[in-house]
Amino acid sequence: MRLMEPDRQSELNALRPDLLRFARLQLRDAGAAEDAVQETMLAALTGSHSFESRSSYKTWLIAILRNKIIDIIRGQSREVAASSLADDEAGDDLLNESLFDRRGHWQPETRPGRWADPEASFEQQQFWAVFEACLDHLPAKTARVFMMREFLGFETDEICKETGISSSNCWVVLHRARMGLRACLETKWFAGAGT
Amino acid sequence: MLNCSQATELMSQEQDRPLALSERIGLRLHVLICTGCANYRRQMIVLREACRRFGGWDSR
Repeated sequence: MRLMEPDRQSELNALRPDLLRFARLQLRDAGAAEDAVQETMLAALTGSHSFESRSSYKTWLIAILRNKIIDIIRGQSREVAASSLADDEAGDDLLNESLFDRRGHWQPETRPGRWADPEASFEQQQFWAVFEACLDHLPAKTARVFMMREFLGFETDEICKETGISSSNCWVVLHRARMGLRACLETKWFAGAGT
Repeated sequence: MLNCSQATELMSQEQDRPLALSERIGLRLHVLICTGCANYRRQMIVLREACRRFGGWDSR
Protein backbone atom coordinates (compact mmCIF):
# COMPACT_ATOMS: atom_id res chain seq x y z
CA MET A 1 0.00 0.00 0.00
CA ARG A 2 1.30 3.38 -0.93
CA LEU A 3 -0.02 6.02 1.38
CA MET A 4 -0.77 9.23 -0.46
CA GLU A 5 -0.74 12.61 1.11
CA PRO A 6 -4.43 12.92 2.15
CA ASP A 7 -4.53 9.31 3.37
CA ARG A 8 -1.43 9.84 5.33
CA GLN A 9 -2.89 12.85 7.03
CA SER A 10 -5.90 10.85 8.18
CA GLU A 11 -3.77 7.86 9.19
CA LEU A 12 -1.68 10.22 11.20
CA ASN A 13 -4.69 11.60 12.98
CA ALA A 14 -5.92 8.10 13.70
CA LEU A 15 -2.57 7.12 15.20
CA ARG A 16 -2.17 10.29 17.21
CA PRO A 17 -3.75 8.92 20.42
CA ASP A 18 -1.35 5.94 20.34
CA LEU A 19 1.62 8.23 19.91
CA LEU A 20 0.45 10.47 22.70
CA ARG A 21 -0.04 7.58 25.09
CA PHE A 22 3.43 6.30 24.33
CA ALA A 23 4.98 9.71 24.91
CA ARG A 24 3.04 10.27 28.12
CA LEU A 25 4.06 6.94 29.56
CA GLN A 26 7.65 7.75 28.84
CA LEU A 27 7.79 11.39 29.78
CA ARG A 28 5.12 11.51 32.50
CA ASP A 29 4.50 15.08 31.52
CA ALA A 30 1.45 15.93 29.42
CA GLY A 31 2.94 19.13 28.00
CA ALA A 32 6.25 17.58 26.97
CA ALA A 33 4.42 14.58 25.51
CA GLU A 34 2.21 16.88 23.46
CA ASP A 35 5.28 18.70 22.13
CA ALA A 36 7.01 15.48 21.19
CA VAL A 37 3.96 14.21 19.30
CA GLN A 38 3.45 17.54 17.58
CA GLU A 39 7.03 17.55 16.31
CA THR A 40 6.72 13.94 15.24
CA MET A 41 3.62 14.68 13.20
CA LEU A 42 5.28 17.64 11.56
CA ALA A 43 8.32 15.56 10.66
CA ALA A 44 6.07 12.79 9.36
CA LEU A 45 4.17 15.13 7.07
CA THR A 46 7.29 16.55 5.50
CA GLY A 47 8.85 13.15 4.85
CA SER A 48 7.98 11.31 1.66
CA HIS A 49 8.33 7.61 2.21
CA SER A 50 6.06 4.84 1.12
CA PHE A 51 4.90 2.14 3.46
CA GLU A 52 3.86 -1.45 3.10
CA SER A 53 1.10 -1.24 5.63
CA ARG A 54 -0.41 0.75 8.42
CA SER A 55 1.67 -1.06 10.99
CA SER A 56 4.93 -0.26 9.23
CA TYR A 57 3.81 3.36 9.06
CA LYS A 58 3.18 3.27 12.79
CA THR A 59 6.57 1.68 13.42
CA TRP A 60 8.18 4.48 11.46
CA LEU A 61 6.26 7.12 13.41
CA ILE A 62 7.20 5.57 16.73
CA ALA A 63 10.84 5.60 15.64
CA ILE A 64 10.61 9.36 15.00
CA LEU A 65 8.79 9.87 18.27
CA ARG A 66 11.38 7.84 20.12
CA ASN A 67 14.10 10.17 18.86
CA LYS A 68 12.10 13.23 19.88
CA ILE A 69 11.66 11.77 23.35
CA ILE A 70 15.38 11.02 23.58
CA ASP A 71 16.11 14.65 22.66
CA ILE A 72 13.74 15.86 25.35
CA ILE A 73 15.28 13.56 27.97
CA ARG A 74 18.79 14.62 27.00
CA GLY A 75 17.75 18.25 27.29
CA GLN A 76 16.33 17.83 30.76
CA SER A 77 18.38 18.22 33.88
CA ARG A 78 19.18 15.14 35.88
CA GLU A 79 15.94 15.09 37.67
CA VAL A 80 15.93 11.41 38.49
CA ALA A 81 18.72 11.87 41.02
CA ALA A 82 19.53 8.97 43.27
CA SER A 83 17.89 10.68 46.21
CA SER A 84 14.57 11.10 44.44
CA LEU A 85 14.54 7.43 43.57
CA ALA A 86 14.24 6.84 47.27
CA ASP A 87 10.51 7.65 47.11
CA ASP A 88 10.09 4.72 44.79
CA GLU A 89 11.95 2.42 47.13
CA ALA A 90 9.53 2.67 50.01
CA GLY A 91 7.31 -0.10 48.73
CA ASP A 92 10.22 -2.20 47.53
CA ASP A 93 11.11 -4.02 50.71
CA LEU A 94 7.46 -4.75 51.21
CA LEU A 95 7.29 -6.24 47.74
CA ASN A 96 10.33 -8.41 48.34
CA GLU A 97 9.12 -9.51 51.73
CA SER A 98 5.80 -10.69 50.47
CA LEU A 99 7.32 -12.48 47.48
CA PHE A 100 10.07 -14.40 49.27
CA ASP A 101 10.35 -16.20 52.58
CA ARG A 102 13.07 -15.46 55.13
CA ARG A 103 15.55 -17.62 53.27
CA GLY A 104 14.87 -15.77 50.04
CA HIS A 105 12.81 -18.50 48.38
CA TRP A 106 9.46 -17.98 46.64
CA GLN A 107 6.43 -18.21 48.86
CA PRO A 108 4.15 -21.02 47.68
CA GLU A 109 1.55 -18.50 46.47
CA THR A 110 4.00 -16.19 44.70
CA ARG A 111 6.08 -18.79 42.86
CA PRO A 112 5.87 -17.89 39.16
CA GLY A 113 3.76 -20.28 37.11
CA ARG A 114 3.95 -20.90 33.43
CA TRP A 115 2.55 -18.23 31.11
CA ALA A 116 0.46 -19.85 28.44
CA ASP A 117 1.22 -18.85 24.86
CA PRO A 118 2.49 -15.26 25.13
CA GLU A 119 2.42 -14.95 21.35
CA ALA A 120 -1.36 -15.40 21.40
CA SER A 121 -1.59 -12.70 24.06
CA PHE A 122 0.40 -10.30 21.91
CA GLU A 123 -2.28 -10.68 19.25
CA GLN A 124 -4.99 -9.38 21.55
CA GLN A 125 -5.64 -5.70 21.96
CA GLN A 126 -6.86 -6.27 25.48
CA PHE A 127 -3.42 -7.56 26.42
CA TRP A 128 -1.84 -4.28 25.36
CA ALA A 129 -4.33 -2.32 27.42
CA VAL A 130 -3.36 -4.39 30.46
CA PHE A 131 0.33 -4.03 29.61
CA GLU A 132 -0.03 -0.29 29.44
CA ALA A 133 -1.99 -0.14 32.69
CA CYS A 134 0.75 -2.19 34.38
CA LEU A 135 3.44 0.18 33.08
CA ASP A 136 1.43 3.09 34.30
CA HIS A 137 1.19 1.41 37.67
CA LEU A 138 4.95 1.39 38.22
CA PRO A 139 6.34 4.19 40.37
CA ALA A 140 7.06 7.11 38.02
CA LYS A 141 10.84 7.22 38.27
CA THR A 142 11.21 3.47 38.17
CA ALA A 143 9.09 3.40 35.03
CA ARG A 144 11.15 6.15 33.48
CA VAL A 145 14.44 4.29 33.89
CA PHE A 146 12.82 1.08 32.69
CA MET A 147 11.40 2.72 29.60
CA MET A 148 14.69 4.41 28.78
CA ARG A 149 16.20 0.96 28.77
CA GLU A 150 13.47 -1.05 27.06
CA PHE A 151 11.69 1.39 24.78
CA LEU A 152 14.34 3.94 23.96
CA GLY A 153 17.15 1.41 23.81
CA PHE A 154 19.57 3.18 26.17
CA GLU A 155 22.45 1.11 27.54
CA THR A 156 22.69 1.21 31.32
CA ASP A 157 25.77 3.43 31.34
CA GLU A 158 23.87 6.00 29.25
CA ILE A 159 20.99 5.84 31.71
CA CYS A 160 23.47 6.49 34.53
CA LYS A 161 24.82 9.48 32.67
CA GLU A 162 21.42 10.95 31.87
CA THR A 163 19.89 10.38 35.28
CA GLY A 164 22.91 10.67 37.55
CA ILE A 165 22.42 7.32 39.27
CA SER A 166 25.11 4.65 39.68
CA SER A 167 25.12 1.47 37.60
CA SER A 168 24.36 -0.71 40.57
CA ASN A 169 21.44 1.54 41.43
CA CYS A 170 20.32 1.36 37.83
CA TRP A 171 20.32 -2.45 37.91
CA VAL A 172 18.31 -2.40 41.12
CA VAL A 173 15.75 -0.04 39.60
CA LEU A 174 15.46 -2.13 36.42
CA HIS A 175 15.10 -5.30 38.47
CA ARG A 176 12.37 -3.69 40.53
CA ALA A 177 10.57 -2.53 37.40
CA ARG A 178 10.67 -5.99 35.79
CA MET A 179 9.58 -7.62 39.04
CA GLY A 180 6.64 -5.24 39.34
CA LEU A 181 5.61 -5.50 35.73
CA ARG A 182 5.84 -9.29 35.79
CA ALA A 183 3.72 -9.51 38.93
CA CYS A 184 1.13 -7.13 37.48
CA LEU A 185 0.87 -9.06 34.20
CA GLU A 186 0.65 -12.33 36.07
CA THR A 187 -2.23 -11.13 38.24
CA LYS A 188 -4.09 -9.04 35.72
CA TRP A 189 -3.62 -11.17 32.64
CA PHE A 190 -1.92 -14.54 32.68
CA ALA A 191 -3.46 -15.91 35.87
CA GLY A 192 -6.91 -15.39 34.40
CA ALA A 193 -6.00 -16.56 30.91
CA GLY A 194 -6.73 -20.20 31.66
CA THR A 195 -3.18 -21.26 32.37
CA MET B 1 24.05 -21.59 46.47
CA LEU B 2 21.82 -18.80 45.18
CA ASN B 3 18.39 -18.29 46.64
CA CYS B 4 15.42 -17.20 44.49
CA SER B 5 15.68 -13.57 45.47
CA GLN B 6 19.32 -13.43 44.32
CA ALA B 7 18.52 -15.45 41.22
CA THR B 8 15.81 -12.97 40.14
CA GLU B 9 18.33 -10.14 40.48
CA LEU B 10 20.73 -11.94 38.17
CA MET B 11 17.94 -12.77 35.74
CA SER B 12 17.23 -9.07 35.45
CA GLN B 13 20.89 -8.12 35.17
CA GLU B 14 21.59 -10.65 32.46
CA GLN B 15 19.45 -8.42 30.24
CA ASP B 16 21.60 -5.41 30.97
CA ARG B 17 25.18 -6.66 31.29
CA PRO B 18 27.16 -9.79 30.54
CA LEU B 19 27.19 -11.95 33.66
CA ALA B 20 30.47 -13.24 35.06
CA LEU B 21 31.16 -16.93 34.52
CA SER B 22 30.55 -17.73 38.20
CA GLU B 23 27.22 -15.88 38.08
CA ARG B 24 26.17 -17.75 34.94
CA ILE B 25 27.03 -21.09 36.49
CA GLY B 26 25.27 -20.25 39.74
CA LEU B 27 22.17 -19.17 37.87
CA ARG B 28 22.15 -22.18 35.61
CA LEU B 29 22.34 -24.55 38.57
CA HIS B 30 19.60 -22.71 40.40
CA VAL B 31 17.22 -22.66 37.46
CA LEU B 32 17.79 -26.38 36.95
CA ILE B 33 16.27 -27.21 40.30
CA CYS B 34 13.82 -24.32 40.74
CA THR B 35 10.74 -24.28 38.49
CA GLY B 36 9.58 -20.92 39.85
CA CYS B 37 12.79 -19.26 38.73
CA ALA B 38 12.85 -21.20 35.45
CA ASN B 39 9.40 -19.74 34.73
CA TYR B 40 10.56 -16.32 35.86
CA ARG B 41 13.42 -16.44 33.41
CA ARG B 42 11.11 -17.26 30.51
CA GLN B 43 8.85 -14.44 31.60
CA MET B 44 11.75 -11.98 31.49
CA ILE B 45 12.15 -12.88 27.82
CA VAL B 46 8.41 -12.39 27.24
CA LEU B 47 8.63 -8.98 28.92
CA ARG B 48 11.45 -7.87 26.71
CA GLU B 49 9.61 -9.04 23.61
CA ALA B 50 6.43 -7.25 24.76
CA CYS B 51 8.44 -4.05 25.24
CA ARG B 52 9.94 -4.35 21.78
CA ARG B 53 6.52 -4.64 20.21
CA PHE B 54 4.92 -2.00 22.36
CA GLY B 55 7.75 0.38 21.55
CA GLY B 56 7.24 -0.19 17.84
CA TRP B 57 10.60 -1.86 17.27
CA ASP B 58 8.64 -4.53 15.49
CA SER B 59 5.33 -4.06 13.78
CA ARG B 60 2.33 -5.56 15.45
